[in-house]
Amino acid sequence: MSTVSSPTRPARVARGRPAGARLQDWLPRLVLSPSIAISLFFVYGFMIWTFVLSLTNSRMLPSYDFVGFAQYARLMTNERWWVAATNLGIFGGLFVVICLGLGLLLAILLDQRIRQEGALRTLYLYPMALSFIVTGVVWKWLLNPGLGIQAMVRGWGFEDFTFNWLTDPDMAIYTLVIAAVWQASGFVMALFLAGLRGIDDSIIKAAQLDGASLPRIYWRVVIPCLRPVVFSAVMILSHIAIKSFDLVVALTGGGPGYATDLPATFMYTHAFTRAQIGLGSASAILMLGGVLAILIPYLYSELRSRKHG
Amino acid sequence: MDNVIRRRTPAARLARALLLTVLILAALFYLMPLVVMLLTSVKPLEEIRAGSLLALPMNPTFSPWVKAWGEACTGMRCDGVSVYFFNSIAIVIPAVLISTTVGALNGYALTKWRFKGSELVFALMLFGCFIPFQVVLLPMAQTLGWLGLASSRAGLVLVHVIFGIAFTTLFFRNFYVAIPNELVSAAKLDGAGFFRIFWRILLPVSAPIIVVSVIWQFTQIWNDFLFGVAFSAHDTQPVTVALNNLVNTSTGVREYNVDMAAAMIAALPTLVVYVLAGKYFVRGLTAGSVKG
Amino acid sequence: MSALTPVRAFRKTLLGLAVAGTLGAAQAHAGEVEVLHWWTSGGEARAANVLKQLMEDEGHQWEDFAVAGGGGETAMTVLKSRAMSGNPPSAAQIKGPEIQEWGELGLLGSLDDVAQSEGWDDMLPDVVADVMKHDGNYVAVPVNVHRVNWLWANPKILEEAGVELPTTLDEMFAAGEAIREAGYIPLAHGGQPWQDATVFESVLLASAGTDFYRRAMVDLDPDALGGEEMIQALETFKRTRELMDDDMSGRDWNIATSMVISDKAAMQLMGDWAKGEFTAAGLTPGEDYLCAPAPGTQDAFTFNIDSLAMFQVSDDSEREAQKTLARLVLEPEFQEAFNLAKGSIPARPDLDMSEFDTCAQQSLEAFQQTAEEGGLVPSMAHGMAVRSDVQGAMFDVITNFFNSPDMDAEQAAQRMVNAAQAAL
Repeated sequence: MSTVSSPTRPARVARGRPAGARLQDWLPRLVLSPSIAISLFFVYGFMIWTFVLSLTNSRMLPSYDFVGFAQYARLMTNERWWVAATNLGIFGGLFVVICLGLGLLLAILLDQRIRQEGALRTLYLYPMALSFIVTGVVWKWLLNPGLGIQAMVRGWGFEDFTFNWLTDPDMAIYTLVIAAVWQASGFVMALFLAGLRGIDDSIIKAAQLDGASLPRIYWRVVIPCLRPVVFSAVMILSHIAIKSFDLVVALTGGGPGYATDLPATFMYTHAFTRAQIGLGSASAILMLGGVLAILIPYLYSELRSRKHG
Repeated sequence: MDNVIRRRTPAARLARALLLTVLILAALFYLMPLVVMLLTSVKPLEEIRAGSLLALPMNPTFSPWVKAWGEACTGMRCDGVSVYFFNSIAIVIPAVLISTTVGALNGYALTKWRFKGSELVFALMLFGCFIPFQVVLLPMAQTLGWLGLASSRAGLVLVHVIFGIAFTTLFFRNFYVAIPNELVSAAKLDGAGFFRIFWRILLPVSAPIIVVSVIWQFTQIWNDFLFGVAFSAHDTQPVTVALNNLVNTSTGVREYNVDMAAAMIAALPTLVVYVLAGKYFVRGLTAGSVKG
Repeated sequence: MSALTPVRAFRKTLLGLAVAGTLGAAQAHAGEVEVLHWWTSGGEARAANVLKQLMEDEGHQWEDFAVAGGGGETAMTVLKSRAMSGNPPSAAQIKGPEIQEWGELGLLGSLDDVAQSEGWDDMLPDVVADVMKHDGNYVAVPVNVHRVNWLWANPKILEEAGVELPTTLDEMFAAGEAIREAGYIPLAHGGQPWQDATVFESVLLASAGTDFYRRAMVDLDPDALGGEEMIQALETFKRTRELMDDDMSGRDWNIATSMVISDKAAMQLMGDWAKGEFTAAGLTPGEDYLCAPAPGTQDAFTFNIDSLAMFQVSDDSEREAQKTLARLVLEPEFQEAFNLAKGSIPARPDLDMSEFDTCAQQSLEAFQQTAEEGGLVPSMAHGMAVRSDVQGAMFDVITNFFNSPDMDAEQAAQRMVNAAQAAL
């Protein structure tokens, strides 16, 4: 990324105050340096530390007894790890796609000069304010077949209605998607709405004059303009998906069995509950690697194309 | 925008009715958990056991709220969540202020005083957003021990600042990058310094993004559980930890109404912030991250 | 690091305030103990309060540091974080082989002088004392002894269904059918890994006996873990699912107990801490609810011992407070009050049991009897048998087998062998 940097730097004229000017020259770097130091130490330093631990057989607390890549080998044969990794793929993929779709749809609908827009927008947005520590119990109720939605709909007279995903090992992961979409899609909607408001009307008017239908205008003209918003949204959503932890703990506790385990909960369980810090660190490193492998190309292509566009 | 469905034909009217229906259905989906929480928190226990989740309370009572605030037992102490609520406030306010200030200065330095490698610095910090917090628990604990900040509120503030500046820097950087450089260049020619330009030119127009940064940080820190539980002692636990203890504490029969009231109390500050400042939040995002 | 300066200053003020605070409250020799525990459920919290009171009567301060969640999992995370920062609480609820692990790290303080003056060696049963020692020194103090293999039942429902309290697994399955027909849930259960494992170990004991249990769950003998008896036990274990309801996923154990209390379910397989919930609901054993050894495990006693381990502290008054705490824990007054409330039996068998209910008296009798006859075994589900990594790997197999419709018992048994090996 450094290769595409340094755009036109404003010419700086030192007017006879060389010492002060030099200070001014260094001040930005000085201001940034604590943050850079913090970033290097607390993010990259800790990542390296975690990587080092993943090469040891650390158990309850860190030790420095090196065993090479043995922890990674164990991880590869650990069935639960594969369940967790697959789950992240399913969960993350669905979560991001549904949030984008739903968010865009709601934003477009809300952009049709709805009188109650302010109130509706707040309603869509508020879940982002709540953590799953707060809403976990309610979600557990709503999704529990005996208490929640299934019982309620059956109470209305639809005796055959079934919604027991929470207790079905094959479907439980989708309940996580539902709750996560509930939390984040309103936020994506807000991003898209903001994006829609920023689009130049004249482009749309021109398309209308050409006789294009409304859906066609949205598909061909409006949505392509929202590409930067999609970028921001994907970044934020994938960050939420990867870090999803409270959600799993509050909703399913990883169950039934360990059917809804995610890498974040896998790592936590092994490093903290099961005194296998070595194995937990290895899973953290793989998780981080996977994330970067997906994000860096995306980030790179997006940033590049934007420079050219 | 004129690209709206507005012509008064029957078909258009139908479309509009459909549109409203979809929007209201969506609103109901988003509202449901909150409504269940609110209803449950004002129902007596017998009604909770007997009725459906969405049934209106027949004898609404506010005693669960009173109990959750000042009397409910979390572990052995029975003074509700109030003490922990103030712990959270004492942590959240300095952490939000510091991380927003640092983020603003970083964003300013990264966009208006570009230097060789400033993009690299930004990318470096951006990846800080993606580190899973579980990974940093143990090294962070050790570091806090070295700094002598273990189990203190100051330690928690520090942790939240450290892992918050990646986001605040991102917000401010994206906002400032869209502000024309001409004003800044002119001011530089006039001999204005780094802080003076920030104070006089950037800060006055930063209100929208400050709102975004404050809301985001406030929500993140207030809702944090992992750091709060791992880096606190008996007297510094934030409200989320107390809520967890309360919900997992049961006096024989679980008092769901008190649990829900406590959850509402714990959620109230962030809810209020979202409802009051939500408009500015969206506005700030329009100006900021979107134009990246 | 200019950003740190205000934080440092803030910290100094805090420290100053804290010092001023303790000085103001100081008494002669008064120290404070910060006790990390997860006794947060109703009966437990009330029980632990007795100890707090006793400490305060002696002039010491009890700083309550409760962290609920996941049978102590969250509390253990907190403990590790505190230990890493060099600032562990002075006492923490740690149990079983985990005490050894903390001992190996050299973080625990010795309690030998208290043990000597109080005569712990004579007072405590060997099984209990062994768990409390690291390297021959006492590092923890036992609070109680839980029996895990209990069956709790609602007599009204049993009567309505026309069945007796089951004493064998076959009887339990037969009774289950009758109860189901009478319109109740036969077995209350919460679908969490440790609860699944609790049911599993009772079934294993009943179907394969204590010797086999010890070979498989304590010695981790691959022949036992992958053997025919294990496969059979696993199959029986899976059959218990038929006795449970569909909504059990993620349910907490005390919610399951409240189903028995509120006439929704007939029975529950759970340790004797469940009694605390019955007591809190104002029920009398023998009348409003029944207790019996888990079907088929009359000759066995799976123990689960709660204990408080003491971390090394430098401060003398704190050290004094720790010793007082250790002494008070085994004092008859606390032992009686705590165990009455928690449903367990005292860690010292020399106490007068007349205040205790029939279930507890039965439990103590079984404890002494099984200790002599060899039926006393550590509970795997409650971290008394194996280290936490093996236990975790076992949990994975058990809970996955229990919940997955297409895994058969042979596969599960094979995975148990792997689990025991992979964790070594």
